[in-house]
Parts: sequence; structure tokens; C-alpha cells
Amino acid sequence: MTRLYGPKGWALIALMGLALFVAFPILSLQVPGDSPWHVSQYWVTLVGKIMCYAIVALAMDLIWGYAGILSLGHGLFFALGGYAMGMYLMRQIGREGQYQSDLPDFMVFLDWKDYPWHWWNTDQFWWALLLVVLVPGLLALVFGFFAFRSRVKGVYFSIITQALTFAAMLAFFRNAMGFGGNNGFTDFKRILGLPITTPETRMVLFAFTGLTLILTLLLARWIVTSKFGRVLTAIRDAETRVAFCGYNTVHYKLAIFVLSAVICGIAGALYVPQVGIINPSEMSPANSIEIAIWVAVGGRGSLAGAIIGAGAVNGAKSFFTQVFPEYWLYALGLIFILVTLFLPRGIVGLIAGIREKLK
Amino acid sequence: MRFLFLLFLLAALPAFALDKAAVEKLATGEGDERAEAIAALVAEGDPKAAAFLQAVAEGEVQSVEQKGVRRVLVIKGGQATDAVTGEKVDPVPEGAEDVVANNRLRKEIEGALAALRLLAPESEARLAAAKELANGADAAMLPLVKKALAKETDAQVKSLLELTAASMEMKGGSKEERVAAIRRLAQSSSPNSRTLLAEAAGDPDADIKAEAQKALREVQGSLAWGERAGLLFAGISLGSILLLAALGLAITYGLMGVINMAHGELIMIGAYTTYGVQMLFRKTSFFDWYLLAAVPASFVVAALVGVVLERVVIRWLYGRPLETLLATWGISLMLIQSVRTIFGAQNVQVENPNFMSGGVQVFQGVVFPWSRIWIILFAALVLIGMWALLTRTRLGLFIRGVTQNRDMASCVGVPTARVDMWAFGLGSGIAGLAGCALSQLGNVGPDLGQSYIVDSFMVVVFGGVGQLAGTVYAALVLGFANKFLESISGAVIAKIAVLVFIIFFIQRRPQGLFAVKGRAIEA
Repeated sequence: MTRLYGPKGWALIALMGLALFVAFPILSLQVPGDSPWHVSQYWVTLVGKIMCYAIVALAMDLIWGYAGILSLGHGLFFALGGYAMGMYLMRQIGREGQYQSDLPDFMVFLDWKDYPWHWWNTDQFWWALLLVVLVPGLLALVFGFFAFRSRVKGVYFSIITQALTFAAMLAFFRNAMGFGGNNGFTDFKRILGLPITTPETRMVLFAFTGLTLILTLLLARWIVTSKFGRVLTAIRDAETRVAFCGYNTVHYKLAIFVLSAVICGIAGALYVPQVGIINPSEMSPANSIEIAIWVAVGGRGSLAGAIIGAGAVNGAKSFFTQVFPEYWLYALGLIFILVTLFLPRGIVGLIAGIREKLK
Repeated sequence: MRFLFLLFLLAALPAFALDKAAVEKLATGEGDERAEAIAALVAEGDPKAAAFLQAVAEGEVQSVEQKGVRRVLVIKGGQATDAVTGEKVDPVPEGAEDVVANNRLRKEIEGALAALRLLAPESEARLAAAKELANGADAAMLPLVKKALAKETDAQVKSLLELTAASMEMKGGSKEERVAAIRRLAQSSSPNSRTLLAEAAGDPDADIKAEAQKALREVQGSLAWGERAGLLFAGISLGSILLLAALGLAITYGLMGVINMAHGELIMIGAYTTYGVQMLFRKTSFFDWYLLAAVPASFVVAALVGVVLERVVIRWLYGRPLETLLATWGISLMLIQSVRTIFGAQNVQVENPNFMSGGVQVFQGVVFPWSRIWIILFAALVLIGMWALLTRTRLGLFIRGVTQNRDMASCVGVPTARVDMWAFGLGSGIAGLAGCALSQLGNVGPDLGQSYIVDSFMVVVFGGVGQLAGTVYAALVLGFANKFLESISGAVIAKIAVLVFIIFFIQRRPQGLFAVKGRAIEA
């Protein structure tokens, strides 16, 4: 284990764990609401949300930063994980919907008498967890297999993953798909029988998200420091040469693509119960491109950078959308342009550069 | 309402007299009896009947039995009048019961009122009434329709009425009448007569069945031709729109290799320029000619924006396609937001000039709108212009040279940086032209470009990057495929199917429909 990080790195991770699992719960649940140290529900949700995004950014960094494949389908994998969890949460509502029916409200509205086939067994939590992993994973496996086998790469790969995401969004907008159409899933009441809106449940979800983030970081670190990770980096830098050296690059790319998709699905499943809604706009092409910019801002090819980038961009986003809502798109657009023009290695690269100079 | 009020004044005249039996049957009868009563009331084409029926539909009629005599009363503003004689009844009698108009009765009354309007003096009113009746009228209205038909002078109304009469005769009427009606319906090619004939084709009477089946085949034949022509036109039209949207991208992406995610926003800028020019021309008398100014204006504005983008951002990113993708996406966000700031988030309305409105009716029910015909022509013109520019001018030669081998072109003295700038400007300008055309088809809003960006990339990639001819074929093929699937499965599924098809296609042939032949292993 010491191989992954040096003592400083481990100390940082321990600090992060301390903040997430000790400081946050105490400040949010134990400290009274009028104290200046109290952390409100707004902050718990916001930080929980950003941690989900950071997990996605790690997944994106694995495939883009280390393997050089810019997938614009990560928004789709994220949403699929979210929908899988959302189906379970919809079943947990039970008869407390608007129409007091066994079926979710939107199905009553469509005059359906029974659950469609793909809702089979979704009232079981373990099945929902299985779907969270399997659906994005299988989609990435099939799609990636065909794409990488026919040597679709570079921008082509970005464009067809974008087309896939766009097609999926159109499909999920249809009521007939059985995913609630435009409105998606919302108004969740319970998870595993616990009421979903109480501060205690939210804190548990928050802690789970933090744990997943740290585990994902360690897993990613383990991958990129292993031999497998080095081959990936080599593929990024000179794929043809790697192939000529006797490596089957398709397998490597496929493996990292599927892993990355699964991580996205898990992040989506953690995101939905905290935010309380999932709808097809999560799949819009813009969202997937935004994921790439988190990584670019933090620094491609640096795992810490991915987390920093997701935090920085989304922090800025919630600040702007509250204080100057009309300027957020300008700011985001500028971030895109400035980072690609002047910060090719992102914030992490900037800090490293400053350190070099100081030496 | 004023019209109705006048009718009531008429109704108040002493000469008022409706068929007493019919009025009573309508007020107290059930189902079919009431339908017969309505038919009897309107058979004479009496405007007073219309007023009475209207009152029934609005629930203003009551009936009461006084000393063994039934009276039907119209209650309006606390005043009661006798429906048959039109006399005032004062005071309103006790124990009167409402005449309840259920949905079926209301529908029948609506049909009857439409039939009455067939006798109106204005031909527009008659046409509207005839159209209303053509969409399903009660067979009981037949005498009135025949009466109107005898008096009708307007050819369009007359042909509609003949169809309506035929369809009514098919429902009721003797066997001979029905056969004659079927033969008349066979001549028409409207979806309504197809439905009617399909019903009649299941008739128990063998003669009628045979006749109807024959007629059905004829109608289906002519309808199918109309549908095919409509589909063909819709396919070409969508293809021309896709072509316009993708042509600019075929230069910036196809030839120069710049992933311009802001392409859609350049289209949007062209559309907003057209909107601006239109506002300038609005007050003048030559409004119809504003497009003559808008076309060059949208080209120039979009091209200028493109040139600025190329100089400021894109030229630093040549050879780094993924970074270009992100940077141009950022540009597109800023362009969308600035248009929102300047023009507002709401859609703006671009008015068509007169020669663009209306359309040519090719078959019954198949209309080719002029706006779409003009856009097909416009797309063809833009295509020819671009082809001429690329193959017949010095700039075109330079662009092709730089595309084929940048270093070599630079060696022989081509100013590659400046050529890049002009080429990017050209591609952006053509996007502006696409925006000008799109503004004629629908609303113009800040999100206009977003809906075309995925499509444009699909067209260019499908056709084969670097191949203008491929782009043209790809646009037409995708246009047809989309419209054809749409006629089978609906718009959204069609769109999804086309996207999925392209995804699979690229996996089979990553180089697109028309590949550049070469030995390069990797770009």
C-alpha cells in the first residue's frame, strides 16, 4: 500500500477522511443550527453532489487523461446509474404517490396496468445495485468493443459517443420508454425503508459518497501506477508503436472504458438519492462535455487534479448561479477557452510550474 | 354572440313558427328521436331553428306541462319565450324542467348548425362549414346538404359538399344510392373517403362490398402517390436543410480538421442577422425584398465572427483536435449567452416575405410550401457557389493545397496561416447562410444552433471527412432516411434510429461513405 502514495499523500487522504467522516457529521448533526460552526443541509447536499462529480471526474481522467480517449458518453453512464437507483427509489414510494397506486404516478398517468419488463425485480436493493454496475458496464463493453475494434479513435470516438448520448436522451424523453419521460423520477420518500430527507439519512449517504470517492481515488491510483496503467499511458502517447510492440491495444482500451463507465454509474447512483431527481437532461451532450472540462481545469493525467477540477468548476458554478446567474455561461465558456489555451496541464500543472520556478 | 343575439331578435317576431312536433320531440325525446327532430328542424334552412338549437346546446331550454299541454320555453336572462310560437311567457311557469343536452346531442347540434351555415351568403363561411361537415356529419343532414348543393356556385365548396353528400348517402340510402355514392367517392383522393370506403368494404351486401373494394383500391392508389410525392419532397427538403447546416462544417472540419463545436452558434448568428435586417426593413415598402439584403449580411456577419475566432482562439490549437473541441464548446456557450443578453432568452419571430408564404397543392392534401421550395433552391445555389469557389478560384486552390499537404504548400509560397483564416471565415459564412435559411422555417432562439450541431457532425462524418461530394450524398440520404422512418414510426424514434445507424456505420467504415484513399496509418 505504501507504494501508492508517499507519507504526505497518505496524510492528505487521512485528513480528507477525517473531514468527511468526523468533522462534517458533527458540525451538521451535533452543532446547533444557530452556531456559526453549523453546516446546513444546503452544504451537505452541495458537497455530496460535488463529491459525486469528483468520482465522475476521476473516471474521466482515467480514460482521457491516462488513455487519451475523450469519451463524451460519460454523462450517459452517470445518468444510467442514476436511473437504475431511481427505479428502486420509485418502488420505495409505495402507495404514497399522488394517485395512491402501487404503480409510480407517471405509469398511472399513462394508464399502465403493470410494470414494464425492465422494472422486473427493481424493488430489491441488491438488484438495483447490480443494475447500477451492469447497465453502464455492459453498454460500454458492447459499444467500446465495436468502436475500438474498428479503430475508431480521437475525435471520431468523441463524436460517436456524443451521438450515442444524444440518441439515449431522445429515447428517455419518450414516455413509452417507461422512465417517466420529461419529468424523470422524483419525489422519493425512502431508501432501504429509511425516510430519505432526514438529516441522518442524508449524512449516511454523504459518508458513503465520501467513502466511494476515496476508494475510487485509491483504485485509480493503483491502476495508473501498475503496469496496466503504463501501457495505457503509452497508448495515449503512441498507440501504433504500442501495437507494434505486441500489445493488443483494444483490450486495454476496452478494459479502462468499461471500468470508467462503471465508476460513472456508481457516482450516478449516489447522486440521485442526494439530489432527489433524475431526468433525461442529465444526458444532454453539454453535461458530458462539462465533465471533460472539470478534468481539464484540474489537470489531465493527474488524479488529484480531477478532484480539484470538479470541485473548482462546480464550486464556481453554484457561486455564480446564485450571485450572477446570467454570467455563469460566460464564465464557463471562458474557463473552457483559457484552460485549453493557457493551462494545458490545469491547476495542478500551474502549481507544479510555480514550484519549479521557486526552486 | 352578436349574430346569435340578432337571431333572437328575429325569433321574438310574431311570425315565428317552428315545427311544434319536432320541438317537443327534441325537448322530451330520447336518443334517435332527438336526432330526427334536429334534422326536421333544420331541413327548411330556417335561421330561427339555428337560434333554438344553440339555446338547447347551451342549456337554456326548459319544458313544462301546463293543463295537459306541453310547452317548450327558451329562458334567456330571466325572460321566457315559447320556442314554437316565439311569444313571451310571463311569468316563468313553475315546475319547468331543464332540457338536458348530453354530449351526443351537442355534437349533433353542432353538425346541424354547420349544415345551416352552408346557406350563408359569404363563400368563406360556406367553405368553413363544408370542411366541418366533411370531417364526419350525421346522415340526417343529407336533405340540407343536397339543398345547399343545388344552390352552390363556388367550385371548391361544391366538390367538398359532393363528397360529404356521397359519404352520407353511403351510410343511409337505398342500395342503388349507396353504389352510386361509392362510385363518386372512388373519384376523390382524400383520407376521409378512404376511411369510409374501408368501412363499406366490410358491408354484408355482396354488391356493395365488391364495389367498395374496387373503389378503395382506386382511392388508395391515388392517395399512395400523393403520400409518396409528399415523402419525397419532405426528404429532399430535410436533406437540403441538413446540407446547408453541414456545408460550412465540411470546410472547417472536413477540410481543415477543426472540430468547431461553435458551428451551430454561427448558424444562430446568421439567423439573428436575418432577424435584424428584417427589423430594419419592416417599416419600409419593400419589405418583401429584405432577404436580398439578409443573405449577404448573414454571410458577412458570421464570416467575421468566424475570422475573429480563428485569429484569437483556434489558430493556437491546430493539430490538437480534442482541445479545439473543448475551446470551441466554450466559445459556443459564450455566444449563446451574449445573444441571450442582447436579444433576450425568448424566441424571436422572423416574418416570411410574401413570395415565401403559401404553397403549391400537388395532390389533395399534399402541399409543398414555397418556403421549403426556395430553401431547396438556395441550398443548391450555395453548393454550386462553394464548388466554384473551391475549384475555380485561387483561394480554392490554396485551400485544397493546404488541406492536402500543409508543409509542401507552405514551401511553395502559399501563405498557409492566411489561407486558414479565409477558409475558416468561408465555412463560418456558409453557416450564416444556413441560419438565414433556417430563420424562414421556424422560430429563431439562442438555442437554435444546439439542435443542429449533432446533425451537422453526423452528416460530415457519415459522408467522409474531406469529401464535399460525400457531404451532399450524406445529407440527402440522412434526410430521406429520417423522413421515411418518420412516416413509419414517428419523429423521435426515426431520429434515434438514424443516430444509431450512423454509430454502427462509423464502426464499420470509420472513413465514411467516401474515403480518401491513401497509405497513411494514422493522422
